[in-house]
Amino acid sequence: MRTLDLLLIALKALRLNKTKAFLTMLGIIIGVASVITMLAIGEGSKASIKKQLSGMGANMITVRPGAGMRGGVRMDMSSSQTLTLEDLATIKEKAKLITNISPQVDANGQAINGANNWPTSIYGVTPEYLAVRMLTVKKGTMINSTDVAIAGKVVVIGQTVYKNLFKNLEDPIGKTIRFNKIPFKVIGLLASKGETTFGQDQDDIILAPYTAVQKRILATTYLQSIVASARSEEVAENAVTELTNILRKSHKLSNKTEDDFNIFSQQEMITTISSTSEMLTVLLVAIAGISLLVGGIGIMNIMYVSVKERTREVGLRMALGGRGIDILLQFLTEAVLISITGGVIGIAVGLGATEIVARVFNWPTCITFYSIVISFAVCTITGIFFGWYPARKAADLDPITALRYE
Amino acid sequence: MEKSIIHIENLKRDFIMGEETVHALKGISFSIQKGEFVTIMGTSGSGKSTLLNILGCLDRASSGLYEIDQVPVKNLSRNELAKIRNEKIGFIFQSYNLLPRTTALENVELSLVYNKAVPFRERKIRAAEALKSVGLETRMHHTPNQLSGGQQQRVAIARSLVNDPVLILSDEATGNLDTRTSYEIMALFQDLNSKGKTIAFVTHEPDIARFSKRTILLKDGHIIRDTPVENPGNAAQALKLLPKEE
Ligand SMILES: Nc1ncnc2c1ncn2[C@@H]1O[C@H](COP(=O)(O)OP(=O)(O)OP(=O)(O)O)[C@@H](O)[C@H]1O
Ligand SMILES: [Mg+2]
Repeated sequence: MRTLDLLLIALKALRLNKTKAFLTMLGIIIGVASVITMLAIGEGSKASIKKQLSGMGANMITVRPGAGMRGGVRMDMSSSQTLTLEDLATIKEKAKLITNISPQVDANGQAINGANNWPTSIYGVTPEYLAVRMLTVKKGTMINSTDVAIAGKVVVIGQTVYKNLFKNLEDPIGKTIRFNKIPFKVIGLLASKGETTFGQDQDDIILAPYTAVQKRILATTYLQSIVASARSEEVAENAVTELTNILRKSHKLSNKTEDDFNIFSQQEMITTISSTSEMLTVLLVAIAGISLLVGGIGIMNIMYVSVKERTREVGLRMALGGRGIDILLQFLTEAVLISITGGVIGIAVGLGATEIVARVFNWPTCITFYSIVISFAVCTITGIFFGWYPARKAADLDPITALRYE
Repeated sequence: MEKSIIHIENLKRDFIMGEETVHALKGISFSIQKGEFVTIMGTSGSGKSTLLNILGCLDRASSGLYEIDQVPVKNLSRNELAKIRNEKIGFIFQSYNLLPRTTALENVELSLVYNKAVPFRERKIRAAEALKSVGLETRMHHTPNQLSGGQQQRVAIARSLVNDPVLILSDEATGNLDTRTSYEIMALFQDLNSKGKTIAFVTHEPDIARFSKRTILLKDGHIIRDTPVENPGNAAQALKLLPKEE
């Protein structure tokens, strides 16, 4: 028996039972479409989270004061005062895996320009901060080391702050704005970075010399954090270890004492968040996989009924010289044809649904080639697997028993 | 020495139905030589179909010997039996057994689908020829429910002939036909027989049996008579003698 014959017979059987075949396919279509869509959504959000986190500086390392736990109570990090300018100097001197480093002291408050005001945060930093956070100045200049040395009242503002303080979008350079009533001269405007995945606006930011924020706004000498960038993403983890050792030594901590500071790398965060979204993807795909399984059982059901209904046909085919294997292949072809057709339609529907999700809900999606290959493979295997048993049953019949079947 | 195409010895077929056992064939022996034209007769329930199914390798005997072309059927695998059914035997069923919703042509082609020796392109031609030989050239694309009983029977006959088998087994092929068509079929069989085909033919009607060369009479699973037909009739001539159709 030829492959072409098998195909023709299967096509004919399906044509004679269009509705039944379609209903069976529906299970497979829904299964495959949901696998593809879910994977696209999962992969898309993973990719977008990764992109945004690395946009913040994939090799960024943050040092914060305070231990993770103290007497079982998590301390408010900014309230500890264990991070100082000496730490910054020590790190600068000793750390080999660090390129740029900047202190950071933040203050929240009201920025005012004439009649416009805007609640925002001011970040006290050094010029290297730009490189660490991967920010760029679009207009004007960044604060320089002289500004830091003299605690100059100059600021570089982000796009959101700019738009809210300069409603007419006039040139802000050289203008004076007030932050918590203290006047600062705007010397630069940052390029836009947009929102993070978590909806945090990265443009709602004012940069000033850290000395100015310490003296004129907060009146402290401590640092709230130190941000640094590792030489590369690969050494980020090693850089964390290096910094930890340097700080433990300079803080003179014995082996038993806990760190009185916290260091984490952006890389770590990416890994954590990616693994969370990975888990979500697995969950989504598992649900979709179950619907594929249900679709497969549908195929088995229909094939089982089909074999029963056509027992006399099986008998006749055998009487005319059909071998068991011919009968087996005939029903198997039918099952595989149903599942493959369903699979192809499912892939099309899945791609369409992904497009809709991307357009209408504006979700990040990412269709991967492997998701299509996998769904297709699963479909075919489902067809063979669930078609096998009924087909085998038909093939094992005796010609005369099958012919007499009622 | 003549070669027997069929040789059976003490063939029995029991149907076990729960407690009861039906002895359909109770020990039958005979041989059919190449080129014979045999009628198997007997009352309803005497075991004619049971015997023919076994001869056609559709069913297996409970005990006894069955040799086809000197090969004991017992020793053949399922696949070898399928090959014999396809290439050597043309079987005409008592109840036509045509595929529903399938044209006459496709029904006849069915036998060729399982024959590797026939190329794909040749199938339609051969199937059409077979249908023509039973006078159905105008009904090739009709499905069984668009055909009369007799026409369906003739499609079944065409199907049994299409693979050019050496042995034709027919279970009441003329059972549903009028006298004229029956004679036509018998003329066809006689023609095939004269060309060397071996035919075993089940019928109720002695009028039909007289066209064959030998009659085996069954009763209650036994052979009660096995005699040659004296002066077999000529179906083609008998056909001419029939009164003209009005
Ligand atoms: N599958 C079966 N199961 C049980 N009994 C059967 C089976 N097939 C046939 N028989 C019995 O075997 C006997 C012979 O049946 P068979 O069909 O061979 O008769 P037949 O001579 O062909 O009759 P008819 O002329 O009516 O076709 C009958 O008594 C029947 O009941
Ligand atoms: Mg019968």
